Amino acid sequence: MSYNSIFDIIGPIMVGPSSSHTAGAVRIGQVARSLYGATAELAEISFYGSFAHTYRGHGTDLAVVAGILGCSTFDERIPEAFQMAEEQGLSLSITAVEEEVPEPNTARIKLSGDRDTVEVLGVSVGGGAVEIREINGFKLNISGDKRTLLLFHQDRAGTVAEVASRLALRSLNISHMELSRKQRGETALLSLECDQIIDPELIQQFSALAGVIKVIYVRP
Amino acid sequence: MEYNSFAAWLDAAEKESKALWELALAAELSQEEMSEAEIYRALEERLLVMESSAERGLSGLLSHSGLSGGDAKKLAEYRQSGGILSDFTLNVMSKAIAINECNAAMGVICATPTAGSAGTCAAVLLAAAEDLKLSRLAQQRFLISAGYLGRIIGNLASLSGAAGGCQAEVGSASAMAAFALVEAAGGAPAASGHAAAIALKNLLGLACDPVAGLVEIPCIKRNVMGAVNALSAAELALAGIESKIPLDEVIVAMGKVGQAMPATLRETALGGLAATPTAKRYADQLFNSTPAVDSSPETTSFD
Repeated sequence: MSYNSIFDIIGPIMVGPSSSHTAGAVRIGQVARSLYGATAELAEISFYGSFAHTYRGHGTDLAVVAGILGCSTFDERIPEAFQMAEEQGLSLSITAVEEEVPEPNTARIKLSGDRDTVEVLGVSVGGGAVEIREINGFKLNISGDKRTLLLFHQDRAGTVAEVASRLALRSLNISHMELSRKQRGETALLSLECDQIIDPELIQQFSALAGVIKVIYVRP
Repeated sequence: MEYNSFAAWLDAAEKESKALWELALAAELSQEEMSEAEIYRALEERLLVMESSAERGLSGLLSHSGLSGGDAKKLAEYRQSGGILSDFTLNVMSKAIAINECNAAMGVICATPTAGSAGTCAAVLLAAAEDLKLSRLAQQRFLISAGYLGRIIGNLASLSGAAGGCQAEVGSASAMAAFALVEAAGGAPAASGHAAAIALKNLLGLACDPVAGLVEIPCIKRNVMGAVNALSAAELALAGIESKIPLDEVIVAMGKVGQAMPATLRETALGGLAATPTAKRYADQLFNSTPAVDSSPETTSFD
């Protein structure tokens, strides 16, 4: 279900003009930024479906860039996002792709620079809510509006159990969990949401586990 | 306890003799994300944004494209001279235009349920607060009920113009406004459901066809229509008139109508008013006649 809270409906507080094409776009940009962990040097943005046709009218391009720069949905600087990007040394490439997509408001963002490249496929599902469908080629489905733990690891027996038992030891309850891999034995991505906040120390422990490549904790 | 249909929500309200807002608040609390005080604080924050966006719009804003603006001010001035409808109705209408003019000018608004439909529910609420003398608490509870109905609509159908056309945005907003207005005016829970069903039925099939892809033409004036439609649906329900089709079924029908709509009428700016010669001229002037993608309707489909 896409909508859980009344605040998914009454809100977000945002800069206009469109919740799906402006606020949702900011949120997809924010998720990409939190995965990258800093302001990137290059953002390659592709728009699909309705986004491709109307992104200029809705300021979708400005909104995604503002999100990548760390702006909130109600940041009054969104209309000046391109100028901000220039000031912060972020180069932009924006493309409208004429390709059939399953959902109308889809954006792909690739961030690169001196850190590991991040590629996110996000869908704006309406009213400012978004769903992240792909991270670095791994298929998943997370909302990005809850704290989400992303754990890239070597696909082998026991990793999920190890993570789950360490969460259980601290009485942290998993509310949503997904596992995605491209191929057996290769890298896999575990994504999970907890009812409680996962403290930095535990995240450090996960990073140190055998076979774990990288851990990212996405905050809304 | 969450309710995934209006029928379940109404059943609980009648069995437990509780108000719809009361059960919706309990449902929100059961998610354990926010305390009751935090919920009311967040609602107050949203109310303040609704008020400020209406004020900003009434001061006479122009959008960046120049296609819209200044009409809220015009209507507010006309309201002073009387008009045909009641002063309350004219108040609702001017606030609906004002909030959406603020939105079109990239001002700060509260999406309810979306930005393009932000004026519908808020205009009804703000005008009811002034003219029906709703207390601050009653205004916050109006948003709880409206929001919870919006959640049900979003999960059973859609709230996105790109997925379901304008009926999913202004249609849903109009249903939410009618629903909460009946409750605020002292109607029974069942009457709220009839009001929402009537409001949504009247807007089934409404296309999303923004001129030049901008949330201006026809979106701003459609919010006026959505708000006034909500008022009339609420009046019908308060008079004891019932919707013969239950609300949940109307919502599901809205979702199916949305799926059946061609992509040209779902926020692609390729059909409806957006495809008129005048609209194309506006788009041409604004974007220097270099369309971002090949926009012939025959070649575009998402199905």
